[in-house]
Amino acid sequence: MRLSTVVFSLLALGTVLSSAQAAMFEPQTFTLANGMRVVVIEDRRAPVVTHMVWYKVGAADEQPGKSGIAHFLEHLMFKGTPSVPPGEFSKIVARNGGRDNAFTSQDYTAYFQNVARDRLELVMRMEADRMTHLRLTDKEVLPERDVILEERRSTLDNNPRSVLSEQMSAVQFMNHPYRKSIIGWEHEMRGLTTKDALEFYGKYYAPNNAILIVAGDINAKELRPLAEKYYGVIKAKAVVPRNRPQEPPQLAPRRISLTDARVRQPSWTRTYLAPTRTAGEKQHAIPLEVLSQILSGSTGRLDTQLVQGEGVATSAGSAYDDNAVDQSMFYLFASPKPGTDMAVLEAGIDKVIADLLDKGVTEEELARAKISLRASAIYARDDAASGARIFGAALLAGQSIEEIEAWPEMVAKVTVADVNAAARAVLDLRRSVTGQLLPKAEK
Amino acid sequence: MAHRFIAGLLLLCVFILPASAAQKIQRVVTPAGIEVWLVQERKIPIIALEAAWRGGAVANPKGKEGLATLAMGLMDEGSGDDNRVVFHDKLDDNAVEMGFSAGRDTLSLSLRTLSEKRDIAFELLGQALTKPRFDPEPLEVSRRQMIVALERSDSNPNALSGRTWSAAAFPDHPYGRPTDGTRESLPALTRQDVADFVSQRLARDNLVISVVGDIDAAGVATLVDKAFAGLPAKSAPLSVPDVVPVAQAAPIVVQRDIPQSVVVFGGPGLMRLDPDYYAAYVLNYVIGGGGFASRLMEEVREKRGLAYGVYTYLQPMDHAALHLGGVSTRNDGVAESLRIVRAELARLREKGVTAAELANAKSYITGSFPLQLSTNARIAGILTSVQIQRLGIDYLDKYTSYIDAVTLDQVNRVAKRLLDPDHMLTVVVGKPVGLGG
Repeated sequence: MRLSTVVFSLLALGTVLSSAQAAMFEPQTFTLANGMRVVVIEDRRAPVVTHMVWYKVGAADEQPGKSGIAHFLEHLMFKGTPSVPPGEFSKIVARNGGRDNAFTSQDYTAYFQNVARDRLELVMRMEADRMTHLRLTDKEVLPERDVILEERRSTLDNNPRSVLSEQMSAVQFMNHPYRKSIIGWEHEMRGLTTKDALEFYGKYYAPNNAILIVAGDINAKELRPLAEKYYGVIKAKAVVPRNRPQEPPQLAPRRISLTDARVRQPSWTRTYLAPTRTAGEKQHAIPLEVLSQILSGSTGRLDTQLVQGEGVATSAGSAYDDNAVDQSMFYLFASPKPGTDMAVLEAGIDKVIADLLDKGVTEEELARAKISLRASAIYARDDAASGARIFGAALLAGQSIEEIEAWPEMVAKVTVADVNAAARAVLDLRRSVTGQLLPKAEK
Repeated sequence: MAHRFIAGLLLLCVFILPASAAQKIQRVVTPAGIEVWLVQERKIPIIALEAAWRGGAVANPKGKEGLATLAMGLMDEGSGDDNRVVFHDKLDDNAVEMGFSAGRDTLSLSLRTLSEKRDIAFELLGQALTKPRFDPEPLEVSRRQMIVALERSDSNPNALSGRTWSAAAFPDHPYGRPTDGTRESLPALTRQDVADFVSQRLARDNLVISVVGDIDAAGVATLVDKAFAGLPAKSAPLSVPDVVPVAQAAPIVVQRDIPQSVVVFGGPGLMRLDPDYYAAYVLNYVIGGGGFASRLMEEVREKRGLAYGVYTYLQPMDHAALHLGGVSTRNDGVAESLRIVRAELARLREKGVTAAELANAKSYITGSFPLQLSTNARIAGILTSVQIQRLGIDYLDKYTSYIDAVTLDQVNRVAKRLLDPDHMLTVVVGKPVGLGG
């Protein structure tokens, strides 16, 4: 129901949009003459479609000093064109029995509608219209700036865990723009203007910088004439290629501690700079997915060694974001058992990791992790709409369709040696940030 | 509890299937006499089962708050000869996903399996249902996790506002007691409490089951009996009185040092089987259920930028009915947001909705109808809600006609019946300015 959301970092969200799950959809693809890529995921079970346009621009592409502009523009895309008055876009979709929304990540901005198959053309027309005809005035822009400030308070400032996560990213990435949160720093958000939004729009919103994904009751043959009619007529424009500052060697472990009176239960998080399927030492990406499963499955190492029995933690887990244009993070997180010192908790985690690096994983652990990963991919097929989203995220991170589809075979080929090599390469304290969230000491 | 109510909303208000799917619902009665609603869907090799038992956290004895949640959390933590680790490894090795949860009025079970693993999946489910171990170790771990979650929710303004609202609205009723337990109740829960709860609540006479996926009626009958026939025939009697939420003019303020206040407001709604329910549902869409098509969103967010979100929803429960809403707004905007909400509710009560608003609401509600059933798991969940609420197996076919039949006169009559901005209960968590008590 809420228009527009920020795709949060894993620290805040706790779930993974894994390319793991994208492999199973057997997409059909073609490219329009203006360079716009089109992907179709056919699912005939219900007479509905999900229509999505993804732009290859996100928060990490913002200029210094303008943090939040990618997400702000996402909100403003609902503020009208000469043919669709301000605020009407979503109302028109709703009157046609549809739902719409949008989201922004570090690497992309996406807009989507879920509609009955016979309303697809309507939403394609409106989405194509706002690709080139957005019209903004201060009358709409300024109240919306207050809305994004409220959004920041709701999703970030009101939650100390999110505040810590924002601070940790700023330390993990010393040079790369992933250091800024997607929604933006408050002091910079306050200064964003109509002109900033229109400049960003003019620079990045173009068919050749976008991907169209349609999932549901349709195939490529049926979609092509519509795609050509609405998107194919839009002129391509020169888009400056990405040239983001990259990380220098990270040589020193970093630690952060946030003490907050609102916190009732302490928690512990560590992030490591990690390669993805498209950045850094890519060969480690799929083994890292397997490793995370081994660590954090329901009978994974972290749970059995730290949580069960006389363990030092109430909960413990890991996560890994393999979907990013540039290097991302591998996460460990835990909460101490009440009364347990944070140093004791951390020592427990360090021991699990030291043991992993020393002795490696077992064949049995590897086999079980592979079964779980394969099953999650098959279950993902039950939801074509989320399939479109997962697929888009993988494509926008720079994976090719072939690479996405090769995922099951690549998982099947992972060996114990691969997982151990990935763990040893990535779980290196020098490239880590350790964060603690602590309650204010009682007086 | 607001978030629980919201979760309930998703479950309860999403009940629509296109005619094509609705016609495919089969009522299967197993040899053991268990009724199952089945939709065969052969296109992907998955089976989704959603089951629910009437009587959830509302059955927690006084002083044993959190028991239902604890008990459901332990259902997949070891059974028969398999301790926690062995049982989970069996689930993982066969790619079976099994989850139990406790709501306020129901207990729920979700099972997902690949069709090739269906026999072992239902065998493991039967083992979990009829031979749970409730071993001390997972029990202590779950208890600790609940205590920590409870402490953590105290610094979560959304959780806190909902819990405070419920406690104030239902002071002497199970609905007012926290479903996730209290600092006093959680440490005292015993293994015996858990075992008693499960044996009293997980029976066959309060059970509904829906299955969607790659399986036929004969297969369902056999497998459902394998898993569920061993449950006791009858659940323990459960007597919960009907109740009306308390209203109070002055907002309850829970002081927290946060930059944005979280507000929950509401009062009585309509029971699910009330003849005015559909009119109220349409009305609520216009008020705050319709996202950007709703009046509150227009006034609070679009015109004034006071909030990121503002919403209302109907929450029919088994023993009470609520019409609830919420808004999150900066501390110095709370008073104005609340004033706007009250003014809009008063205006709707006086002047009603327009013919255009009614038409737009109906076209969204009926038109978005097929969007709900995009996945097997979701369809199974919808069918289970329909059964729990006793809406009838033809309900899905009739739903559109129920909405189409709503008239402007009826909606505006219901607005007078439902909306009473001077008799609401409002909770604010934060540091609101200028509320004036």
